[in-house]
Amino acid sequence: MKIKLECHEANHICDKNQYKEASFWEKVKLTFHLIYCRACREYTARNNKLTKAVKNPEVKTFSSADKNALKEKLHQELSK
Amino acid sequence: MPTNEIHPELWVDRYSDYLYNYTIVRVNDHEIAQDLISETFLAGLKSKDNFKGESTERTWLISILKRKIIDYYRKINSNKGKAEVRVTYSDGDQEGDWLEERIRDPFDKTAEDKLENEELGMAIFGCLDGLPEKQARIFRMKTIDGFDTEAICNEFDITPSNLWVIIHRARKAMADCLESNWF
Repeated sequence: MKIKLECHEANHICDKNQYKEASFWEKVKLTFHLIYCRACREYTARNNKLTKAVKNPEVKTFSSADKNALKEKLHQELSK
Repeated sequence: MPTNEIHPELWVDRYSDYLYNYTIVRVNDHEIAQDLISETFLAGLKSKDNFKGESTERTWLISILKRKIIDYYRKINSNKGKAEVRVTYSDGDQEGDWLEERIRDPFDKTAEDKLENEELGMAIFGCLDGLPEKQARIFRMKTIDGFDTEAICNEFDITPSNLWVIIHRARKAMADCLESNWF
């Protein structure tokens, strides 16, 4: 099995890894790729930063139930 | 100058999270923030004929929301006199609940961090708004709402590799946008 990745493959694995969907072997290959590829190291760092930012508990969202209620309300108002 | 049109039926999906993050920093209460936003949307509906299309929808909605928040401040301000009467010292060595004793500790190290975190939400949803519609929706579902790859693929009728390409582009755009506005 080949161990060297192309950069676009490495980025794909990195994207998957943000959602914990990369397999162990993929992660090994990614780590190996990052040793010698500067551009991908930068991409990975940025990607991790983005994931951390979105996961931040202060980033709040509406629950979908609340959203639907709000939509319903607007819809009623619209059809008046 | 291109004029902007308004689509009230898309408001909730597009702007509610952005407006929510804007509001929660200012009123610090989930229920109140929600009420203010629904009031904003309703007010927007009523005056949608006044929308001249010179600004984007989002800017326009924020300006309505600002008024609503100011109104809310006025309202609680007029209640202040009453609140003060209720403040009493409970007995013994317990500390009372005077307002002076409840203010934030000025040496609290996390205070500033917290403020930054609160603004982060706005930055994220602001950037998300700049993405193409489909990318933004898929990115949201995958990253924020945490749906499975499979569920999203079914909903949009795309293959997983399509999905990953879209996610990749969205992440790249988001990182660029946050980089210039945030990090």
